[in-house]
Amino acid sequence: MRRLLVAGAALALILLIAVALISTGLVGGGAVGATIREVFTGSAGRGGAATRPGGASAHSWTDAERGLIASLSIDRLPPLPPDPSNAVGDSPDAVALGHALFFDSGLSPDGSVACSTCHQPDRYFTDGKVLANVRDVDTPRHTPTIVGIAYSDWFYWDGRKDSQWAQALAPQEAAIEHGGTRTAHARYVLSRYSSEYEAVFGPAPDLSDTLRFPAEAAPVEDETALAAWVAMSEADRGAINRVFANIGKSIAAYSRRILPGRSRFDDYAAAALANDGTRMSELFSPQEAEGLRLFFGDGQCTDCHNGPLFTNGSFHNVGLPLPEGSKFDQGRSLGTLQVVEDVFNCLGKYSDADEEACVELRFIKIEGEELIGAFKVPGLRNVAETAPYMHNGTFADLDAVIRHYNHAPPAFPGHSDLVPLAFTEEQSAALIAFLLTLSAPADAPPELLLPPEGSE
Amino acid sequence: MRNWGVVWLVVMALALSACNQIAAREGGGEGMAMDDGMAMDMSGGSMAADSLEAQDTENGLFRVSAVSQLDPVVINETHAWTLHVETADGSPVTDAEIAVEGGMPEHDHGFPTAPRVTENLGEGEYLLEGMRFNMGGVWVLTLAISSGGQSDTVTFEFELK
Repeated sequence: MRRLLVAGAALALILLIAVALISTGLVGGGAVGATIREVFTGSAGRGGAATRPGGASAHSWTDAERGLIASLSIDRLPPLPPDPSNAVGDSPDAVALGHALFFDSGLSPDGSVACSTCHQPDRYFTDGKVLANVRDVDTPRHTPTIVGIAYSDWFYWDGRKDSQWAQALAPQEAAIEHGGTRTAHARYVLSRYSSEYEAVFGPAPDLSDTLRFPAEAAPVEDETALAAWVAMSEADRGAINRVFANIGKSIAAYSRRILPGRSRFDDYAAAALANDGTRMSELFSPQEAEGLRLFFGDGQCTDCHNGPLFTNGSFHNVGLPLPEGSKFDQGRSLGTLQVVEDVFNCLGKYSDADEEACVELRFIKIEGEELIGAFKVPGLRNVAETAPYMHNGTFADLDAVIRHYNHAPPAFPGHSDLVPLAFTEEQSAALIAFLLTLSAPADAPPELLLPPEGSE
Repeated sequence: MRNWGVVWLVVMALALSACNQIAAREGGGEGMAMDDGMAMDMSGGSMAADSLEAQDTENGLFRVSAVSQLDPVVINETHAWTLHVETADGSPVTDAEIAVEGGMPEHDHGFPTAPRVTENLGEGEYLLEGMRFNMGGVWVLTLAISSGGQSDTVTFEFELK
């Protein structure tokens, strides 16, 4: 604590002096900015290496730096752990069914929307749009990739779902996405995929009684569908929920197979770990190496973009500007409340997990200023392929993203712990050059990256 | 005029940053020492040891130590710790109520999870579940301990590199 107070007091004093000097015209702002930054990084114990332009020295790393580089390598990514809430998550039959469902626009009343409408395999499972949009209506958020997302604990930008299968269900009934209802979905899947469904989940319920199981019933905003849902018996609603959950579990079994591939950076990390200078200089230009150095050094990007997927899986408010005409998005502070209430969460009756296995939900943080306006840290693998950026797609390209972090305005409302990077143009360009080395085709059986054979 | 301003600023900055370094070293000495001198694990966000050495609470009522069930402690994995609480004279405290707080003071944020003591394991040991760190740097863990009508607090400070 004392150290912090001393550091804080020192910083405050320096800022005061700087402001006084600038305002009296004694020194130019640029020089003060550089000095403040140097002192700040020094006091935080994060002194970065000096810029090393060109030559072999660009690829010269200390043991500690090699450790940091290795920590980002895909070689450190553990095998995908099972999802205890999804008993069929690793069943090949469920993968096949989920593959079909992922690309099936029959899972929307007008036959126009499938999961793959927004999560397009040839766009690294994103859609290239600012905000997810089908039928010309914007949703409030940008479509995130699903590649490697199986390693996440939370789903959606605000983490309002705690499993891939629970996540896969929500768009099915969102009016401006698939726009379906769970009774219609259950009936469609049990008729079109009857044998595939029963091969994975066993005997399906008989939904032929349309009085007990209305054509369109779901706990949604549409009043007719909601009234029909409320009128159903609890047991019948449970039977529908079970089929609906199984649809999600099949889709998740498929989408969890889509993993990130080995990028040029990963080869570089292996060369760095082996201290093989020749190989390193074959793989990375001096600029790319400098970008890597800035990434974990002065850029402090690894505070949040850490580990082999370049994300800590947490939620942070980075003080984004509010696009004109849009409302402040509460982000995680609402997502926490939604996930604990979700009937399809890890602790719910449609989950296959024991209570003990639902560690993330049991210890979810639901209070704290840092949740306000906070969004999930996206992984950076293939970041070059997934523009635009941020939860609201507000930045068109990586230049705009780095410009934001160069200035890092305070968050309001909420709290951002960013420090402005104040990178030069050369440094910003190096950082982007490094980010471009993270691209690689998805690691998945090739047939899973295309619609299943025989589908429309 | 301009040059004198720059010189003055640089001198002040150097003096202050020197103060910081000394303060940091003192802080490290007072803070939590790791119980073994393991070389840094090269995993980019791990603790040099799996336990926190015993430390007295602020008013000396209790003595507390902690052992992680995740060894080494690394970032981005939710895990449990076993706490040990004893009185100043070394008797185990078997009826403690323990409230948990913590985070990264330098970043002004708490733990990414809401860890809490879920089980009294007996003989002064308690299960602390839901611990998680999401970045390298200095973390603190504050335990407010109540037993026999008395309360006291202890703060551990440790670094994940």
